Order: sequence, then structure tokens, then C-alpha cells
Amino acid sequence: MNTLIKYLLLGSMLLTPFVGAKSIAIVGAKVHTMSSQGTVDNATVLIKDGKIQKVMQGEVALAGYEIIDAKGKVVTPGLIGASTSLGLVDVGFSAGTNDSNSSLTSISATGAAFDVSYAINPDSSLMAIARIEGVTSAATSMGRTGQLFNGQGALITLGDTSTPLIQARAFISTRVGNGGADTIGGSRSVLWVSLEKALAEAKFAVGKSLSPRDEWHGELSRTDIVALIPLVKGEIPLLVDARRAADIRQVIALKQRHSQLNIVITYATEGWRVAKELADNNIPVILNPEANLPSSFDQLGATLKNAGRLADAGVQVSIGMETHNIRLARQHAGNAVANGLIWEQGLAALTINVAKLYGIDDTLGSLEAGKIADVVIWSGDPLEVTEAAEMVLIAGEPVKMQSRQSKLRDRYLKLQTDKPMQYVRP
Amino acid sequence: MNILDNKRQLFKLAAVASLLTLLGCSDSSEDKANEPAFQINANPFPSTYKPIPSKSVLITNATILDGIGGIFNNSSVLLQDGKIVAIGNDLSLPDDGVTVDAKGKWVTPGIIDVHSHLGVYPAPGGTAHSDGNEATNPVTAEVWAEHSIWPQDAGFQRALAGGVTVMQILPGSANLVGGRGVTVKNLPGTTVQDMKFPDAPYGMKMACGENPKRVYGKKGGPSTRMGNVAGYRQAWADAQNYQRTWDNYYADHEAGKKDAKIPKRDLKLETLALALKGEILVHMHCYRADDMATMLDVMKEFNYKIAAFHHAVEAYKIADQLAEAEVCSAMWADWWGFKLEAYDGIQENIPMVHAAKACTIVHSDSDLGIQRLNQEAAKAWANGRRAGIDISQADAWQWLSANPAKSLGIFEQTGSLETGKNADVVIWSADPFSTYAQAEHVYLDGALIYDRNDPASWPVSDFELGQPGEGDSK
Repeated sequence: MNTLIKYLLLGSMLLTPFVGAKSIAIVGAKVHTMSSQGTVDNATVLIKDGKIQKVMQGEVALAGYEIIDAKGKVVTPGLIGASTSLGLVDVGFSAGTNDSNSSLTSISATGAAFDVSYAINPDSSLMAIARIEGVTSAATSMGRTGQLFNGQGALITLGDTSTPLIQARAFISTRVGNGGADTIGGSRSVLWVSLEKALAEAKFAVGKSLSPRDEWHGELSRTDIVALIPLVKGEIPLLVDARRAADIRQVIALKQRHSQLNIVITYATEGWRVAKELADNNIPVILNPEANLPSSFDQLGATLKNAGRLADAGVQVSIGMETHNIRLARQHAGNAVANGLIWEQGLAALTINVAKLYGIDDTLGSLEAGKIADVVIWSGDPLEVTEAAEMVLIAGEPVKMQSRQSKLRDRYLKLQTDKPMQYVRP
Repeated sequence: MNILDNKRQLFKLAAVASLLTLLGCSDSSEDKANEPAFQINANPFPSTYKPIPSKSVLITNATILDGIGGIFNNSSVLLQDGKIVAIGNDLSLPDDGVTVDAKGKWVTPGIIDVHSHLGVYPAPGGTAHSDGNEATNPVTAEVWAEHSIWPQDAGFQRALAGGVTVMQILPGSANLVGGRGVTVKNLPGTTVQDMKFPDAPYGMKMACGENPKRVYGKKGGPSTRMGNVAGYRQAWADAQNYQRTWDNYYADHEAGKKDAKIPKRDLKLETLALALKGEILVHMHCYRADDMATMLDVMKEFNYKIAAFHHAVEAYKIADQLAEAEVCSAMWADWWGFKLEAYDGIQENIPMVHAAKACTIVHSDSDLGIQRLNQEAAKAWANGRRAGIDISQADAWQWLSANPAKSLGIFEQTGSLETGKNADVVIWSADPFSTYAQAEHVYLDGALIYDRNDPASWPVSDFELGQPGEGDSK
């Protein structure tokens, strides 16, 4: 503990020499690799040139490595925000522009074409607030467009960088529950026909030229069609918000009609009722596992047991549907564990499973040789509410453990009476 | 005499009145001054709560937090006739009692949430069930949350599984003055009267900042924070004036004046006047430090008391002033940023307010959050320790039971494990400052009203009968 703190203090003072350091060894921790290597006690994690070099048991000769003493600590891959609007919003409500929402526009009649990769702001205070609590990358997308699709989402790193994009146009989202029906025609009878039509037109257009000189008699705009082509080819996932069992069955039927579609179900509140079908059809889910109320007629069977039951049936579960408080995804996973999810699956739901469903598990989501070194050193079990991230590395660089919130805390920890607080620099 | 007497005095008067009737004195129409003065029924919707009959319970071998700073290791607590009888070792149990071995488990007072909208914004949602904001006028002190509560909200059962025994259900925060809140026991009933905490004082909801000005900005105002403050002050001034008309009536009546005229009742001003007198407790939604400081001045100007600022996201900036004013802050552990007035939320707010010796409360304002208030306290406790604010778990539990009870005016009855108090008790599967701890037994007035290990005993709301997942573990 003391050594680690000393190191952290040194780290912030000696920032320049540290940035130059290319090789780091994290020594002595219990490491959950989330790879086939499993959990390694008293491990050494070697990091070189921003990548994981090796995870091994015990200590080794470490000439040339900066050593981080992590004895008694727990090390995991950086957490991946599974469903967020990070970088698109500072304050969502009555405070100016919010890039996670849109109003109707003539450029797109379905919302498929909207592209958040133009809107991401790495200086948003939410970035550091999430980063210092172990969230090192995220999927980000619009929350509401008032149209059939919620646009094309992006994958971003939360590193302290001016170039946060990992992948633009990485997925497209839609909704087929009550929220979707309310938006599209007021009924699922309208919504599903709209969705099928959009997919059919996009499939028809695969391989065709859509330049302004070409004929196009579809009802979707060319811009929307261009966006949907990678989707219908299965190159990017379609995230479908579905909650009641009947809607989830419709999504499974959709996948059976269009077998090339790469479908992920979000919310899946009654997923446990169709868990086997989801597993059989290889459809992963992203959950808020704390949703256990019959808040609407499309989630009457909501229960805290959902995550555990789905995972038991073989469904790949991811957890993390938040923006300002995506840092609480680990508490959500912890509560899923308290209600039946196996602990390792709880951690997988925050790391490797998210990487898999977005197809970035070749570079992120686990601590394996060659992967990007997004690493978190925790004070203890990361799913435990009383533990915290003590050190976070993104692409092999320790991040400054500071945010707007930590500065507010440090300013006000001791209230001054001799001068106004605005003169106090934390 | 005045209109706003408490119930006990009212009963006394009623007794006198009936005595007068018996003596044949009250129908003397010549001598009007001898008629008792008009009295307002202070309790027109009385509680019909009845505790479930219970045997004595001896919980043994537990780690016990008494809720007022004490921790007892490997100890016992005895519940008898609905009350806490003793904490300690070698307690003897009456013959017909039940012993619960709580080895490895923790025992705490039941959790009390000062800020819930269960029943007024129930599940399922939708406009048909949107009964929490009477958003037709910025001051609606005349409405009472209990008249909106739907007891079949499944949220009550979910909160019970989280160890919540008592809660205050408030109107929403659309209005400057939103109306009366009500304190209920979390024994899901058929009517709200069945749940009302007997003799608990009423609360009154007020709201600072963004919500009222947003809701009324295009509906005649207020549309600004300064408009909000003018609205509170005018409401209090009107209430003072209203009180005077009744004071005058009672004075005239007492003086035997024959023309003493009963004033016209105004339900809005009646509630406000009771709040000015401290008989109704003011609970005020307020985020920003400067908004709270303004309200502390309004409080002094009109000589009333704010029981608690709710949300109080910036309480840490004026914790010293809140301590001095003896106003509680009811807070989340880490919610922030969903509105501009919540932008400066920090995770050390709760421990920093506690460290300033100001009254500190953890609240939910959420049908999900209410199920895990122990975890909210745990996060705040742990974040405080990391910032160098070392608070014991035993002290921290005050945020969940004792301090909320004080702010609701029910601390004499509940909120701690002290001899003679209501036996509102939770047995946790483990240290409740953990994600993995769950409420196993919840006792209300000594009766076991939730047993996690006996699914057949769980309450199921009418709404959930015959629906997918009926009776499932929720």
C-alpha cells in the first residue's frame, strides 16, 4: 500500500521521465487475466511499448522495467463501458447541446446514418471521472433520435488523448420494445415492418453503386443505406433494445430470417425466460442487472436473477449501461453476483465479453501477450463497493489519478474561513 | 387556543364538548360564546396500521450495530411485544419465543428512507400512474402524497428485501411547495392508511432550483431562481397572515365576542401555517450550496425550520453552515451530472458532511436505489476513508436509520436498537457494507415480515399476481 502510494506520488511528480519509460512490471498482485490463463496469484505482469508482454507467476529478473509493487492488490483488464454516451454529453438536461440526442432531420429518415464519431469530445469531464475508476474504453452512441435507429456508435478509449476513437461506425442501435413502438408508429405492428423494410433495402443494395448518378428507388435515403450495408453483411453488430420475452423471441426470429446479422440484445429484462433460445442462437446480451421492477408492461418478469440465469444457460452477458456513472458498472456486476452470477462471469461481463461482442477482443478485454495494456490495480475485489481503483494504465501509461471531482473534493476537504474558497487551489 | 393544535389536544376538546352535551349546556343558542370554538380535525385520514402478531425473538451470536454508534460483537438482541427489550449476552427468552442463530451475520436497525416516491410514481409507469407532481400551480401545499399512493406498487416488496422498514413518501419536485409527504411502515397493505406510521408528523415537500423554474417557466412562472425565492417568501407571508386570522378568531371567541366569525379554511395555507409552527416538517429538494444558503436565510426570515435538504449535492461546500443551522442533508453516494445543479457532485459528500458534524442522511429517491441503501452508505463510508475521513461503520449506520428517523420526527419510536423502541430490525447475511450482503430477515414491530430463505412467505402485490414471474425471487 505504502509503496504503491509512494510510487503514485513519484509518478505524478516525475511525469516526464515516466512517459518515456516503455517497460513496466506489475509485481505481486492477484491477476485476473480473463484469458485462458485464468487467475494468477502473486503474478508479474510485463508491459512493453504499451502492450501486454506476458503474465506469469512469481517474480522474475526485471532489469529495465519500472516496477510497480502491487502485493495484496487485485489486477484486472481495464473495464469496457458496454453501453454509454461518453464524450457526447456533459449535462444532458437544460444545459445546452447534448450530442447524444437529435431531432428530426432531412438527412436521414431512419437515423441509421447518424455518426457519433464526429461528436466525441475527449475533454468532457466524464472521461477522467470514469477513467480513474478503472473504465478504460467504451462503446458510445446516441440515446435518442426519435427514429428507427439510434445512429452509428463508436468505440473509444478513455485514455488522456486527443484521438479517442478506436473505431468509428462500430455498431448500430435500435429498439423494438415499448420505447421503439412508441417512436415508430405507436405500435410494434408498424415498427417491425419498418425495420424489415430497412434491412431488406440495405440487403438489396449490397454490392451496388449508390452514387448520385445511379438509380435508387428505395424509400430509405442513400445515406442510410450506406450506413446499413456493413450491418446487413454482419460486419458490425446491431444492438436491439428488447425487454419482454415476446420481443426477444421476435429478435431471435429476426436473426433466423437474416442469419448473417450480428445481433446483440440490450436490456433483455425478461431474457431469463428465453435464456436457452438466446444461447442456442448465439445472441449475447448487455444488461442492467439491477432492473427488477415491472416498470412497464414489457418487463413484468424483471428480476435480479436475470444475469445469473442467462449466464447459466450459456448466454454471453455484458454489464454496463450508464454514462455519467459508468463507474458503477462494477457495482451492478457485483449485485448480479450477489444474485447468482458466478464471480468470474461478473468480471467477464465488464471486460472480455464486451470486447467480444464488439469484435475487439483481439486487442482489448484481457491481459494477454500482444494486447493493449489497459490495466487496473484495485485495492481489492473490484465488484465490492468498498474497494477502488488505485492505479490505472491505458495503453501502458499510468493515468493521472485526478478528475474534476477529485479536485472539488481536495478543494473543500478543509473549509477555509480566512479567504474565499475560490482562492484555494487543490 | 388556535386551530392548529395537535391531535391530543383535539381529543381533549372533543371530550369536553361531549361532556357539555351531556350536561345539556351546548344547545343554549342565546349564549354563543359558550359554544366550543371551531376546531379543525388535524387527522382526517388516521392510520389503521396494525402490527402482525409475533412471538418473542432472540437473535443470537450476531455482530450488532445499534444505529447510534455502538457495535456489539457476538451478541444477542431480544424482541418482545414488538419492542427491543435488550441487547447483550445471556438474554433469556420466554418459553414460547423463537431463537434465531445469527452466527456470522450482522444485525442493524431497519433502514429508513426519507425520500421515496413509491406508490406515487409506481410500477408500471405511464401517465395513468403519474401521481407525484400536482404540476398545476407552483405552490400546492394543499395536496397530500398519501392520496396518490397506490399500495400495490411492487416497489414496496423490493424495498423490503433491501431491509427498508420505514419510508417517507414525498410529492415530486416540480413545485416550489409540492404538498405533504407521509411516513409509512413498509408492510405492504391494501390501503395507504394500513401503512401509515401512527402519530408520525407530516412532512412538506419544497423544491429549489431548476425543476420549478423549468416546469413553470412557460406556465406563468417562476421562470428563474429569483422567481422561485419570491414564490417561497410570498407563500410564507400568506401563511403568516392566514394564521393571524385564526389566532384572532380564537382570541375573539375566548373573549366571548358574539360576532367571532370562523375564518374560511384554505387548505394550502393551513399546511403552510403548520409548517411555520414546526408541526409539519419541511423537507426541501435543493442541490446547490448557494441555493441552500438562500433557503437558510428564508428560514430565518420566516422563523421556521428546514428538517432536511434533500439531494444536497453541494452540501460539502457549506457543511459548516448546515451544522450550525442544524439542518440535515439527505444525499446520494455518487449521483451527479444529470442536471447542471448536480454537476459538482462528489463521492465524498456524505462523509464530508458527517465530518463537519452536520446531520447526515443517505436517501434514495429511486425505486432501485431504495433496495441497496446499505451499499450507498458503504460507498460513501469507503470513499471517506480513502480521503482521510475515518468514520466507524457503527457511526456510519446513523445515516441509514437514526438520522432519517430524527428528520422525520419518529426517533423516539424507531431508528435505533435501544430498549423500548419499536423492534424494526434487519439480519444481514454478512457485513452490510458489502455488495454481497443481503437482508435475510426483516422485522417490523417485532414481526418477521420478510424472510429471504422462505419464498412462500414473500408478499406479492395484486399487480404481479397472474403475471410472468409471479412469486419469483426478485
